[in-house]
Amino acid sequence: MFKRALDEAGHRAPVAFFFDGTAMVAREGDSVAAALIANGIKAVRHTPAQGQPRAPYCMMGVCFDCLVTIDGAANQQACLVAVAPGMSVCTQARAMPLASASKGAQ
Amino acid sequence: MSKETFDVAVIGGGLVGLALAYGLGRLGNRVVILDEGDVAYRASRGNFGLVWVQGKGVGKSAYSNWTQRSARDWPQLAAMLRETAGIDVSLEQPGGFQVCLSDAEMQAKVDQMSTLMAQPGIDRYDYRICGADELRQTFPGLGPDVVGGSWSGLDGHVNALRLFRALLVAAQHYGARYVPNTPVSRIEQGDGQFALHTPAGVFRAGKTVLAAGIDNARLAPLMDMQVPVRPQRGQIIVMERMPRFMSHPIVTLRQTDEGTVLIGDSLEEVGRDDRVGSEILATLADRAVRIFPALASARVVRTWGALRVMSPDGFPIYAQSRSMPGAFAATCHSGVTLAAAHALHLAPHIHAGSLPESLSPFFMDRFDVQTRA
Repeated sequence: MFKRALDEAGHRAPVAFFFDGTAMVAREGDSVAAALIANGIKAVRHTPAQGQPRAPYCMMGVCFDCLVTIDGAANQQACLVAVAPGMSVCTQARAMPLASASKGAQ
Repeated sequence: MSKETFDVAVIGGGLVGLALAYGLGRLGNRVVILDEGDVAYRASRGNFGLVWVQGKGVGKSAYSNWTQRSARDWPQLAAMLRETAGIDVSLEQPGGFQVCLSDAEMQAKVDQMSTLMAQPGIDRYDYRICGADELRQTFPGLGPDVVGGSWSGLDGHVNALRLFRALLVAAQHYGARYVPNTPVSRIEQGDGQFALHTPAGVFRAGKTVLAAGIDNARLAPLMDMQVPVRPQRGQIIVMERMPRFMSHPIVTLRQTDEGTVLIGDSLEEVGRDDRVGSEILATLADRAVRIFPALASARVVRTWGALRVMSPDGFPIYAQSRSMPGAFAATCHSGVTLAAAHALHLAPHIHAGSLPESLSPFFMDRFDVQTRA
């Protein structure tokens, strides 16, 4: 559905990451959301209330449609996090506990 | 359009106007709803969504009793809306809490409730002052600053946007015509009919009900009434969805059936200004985190401001015009809580053509010392 408008020649270094355990390749500087879109992922999560699929939408941190779990931290905005080598990105299908819940309230 | 005549014209398509339009439609009236449109300062799309009784009515027992009646009838309204509109408004009335963060707040709450329950004419209801330990059993994640609070069994909450939608669909089910983007500029009465002038033409109706929120102040004099309401801003913070951890609503903090957590805890006199301000939002967030410290890591997904519709004494105003029979006005700052009372009890009186003595505590002449002294 999408192709890269910039860097078609692949000047930026490849970055290997995982989405739900599947190995994927992004380009250095991609946001996680852009990396997922470039890899053909159409739904990054399903909504907790109605189970509807959601893809990154605003790409600027406003709409909260691109929430994913990154390296174990839930509800991360994929459009605001830069992809990193070896990063583990997982889809979400339910309301996720607050990040600090596992660490305990202070 | 100008040829058509309705039984009732409702001015205002918010929660008050739609509840009345629905109630009037159920009784067989042909209703037209003239709505200013989305440029209006809609309290109905910005409210917090509580069905709330505890603490209301200090200084006016009739307001507490009217509120209690609405809360008791809310399950019936929710069932009717599910049946008629096919929309579940997510009513939950498990009882609600106020949580106090200082001994002074606690004492104020104790005083408020004992004053209220000692008022002449009050229908006493079930409530409890709770210690911190009891609150911790209900809400395991409460922070150390919580000193206690109060509980009432009538309190609850709904999805207010679904309520807004359900009332419109239910009114339309009974034939009501909803006309958006149609502000009323002039109203005349003649030959037993009202003629309401709008940019979309003249609408004619046998009765007129004014339910236009803060614009009631401008529109009421067109029908020889005074409804001196003013805007009072509230701000709301919406946090991300999380697994259900609140089994009951707190008056300033609630979690919806879908997991979203909302904070709403402010009153400001700022005129017609519905913007948000970081100082108030920071205070709201700070109090919420003192109640539930784990919320410190919750993400804020939205904030908004909205304008309450406030009367001089804070109580509803229900009015009927002396010189223009068939003209009514209804206004309040609790369009969610009072939706059941408006649809099931106020609408039948408007249908019958006059407001009863039982509603006189809400008439405008309470502000007239020569009449009421």
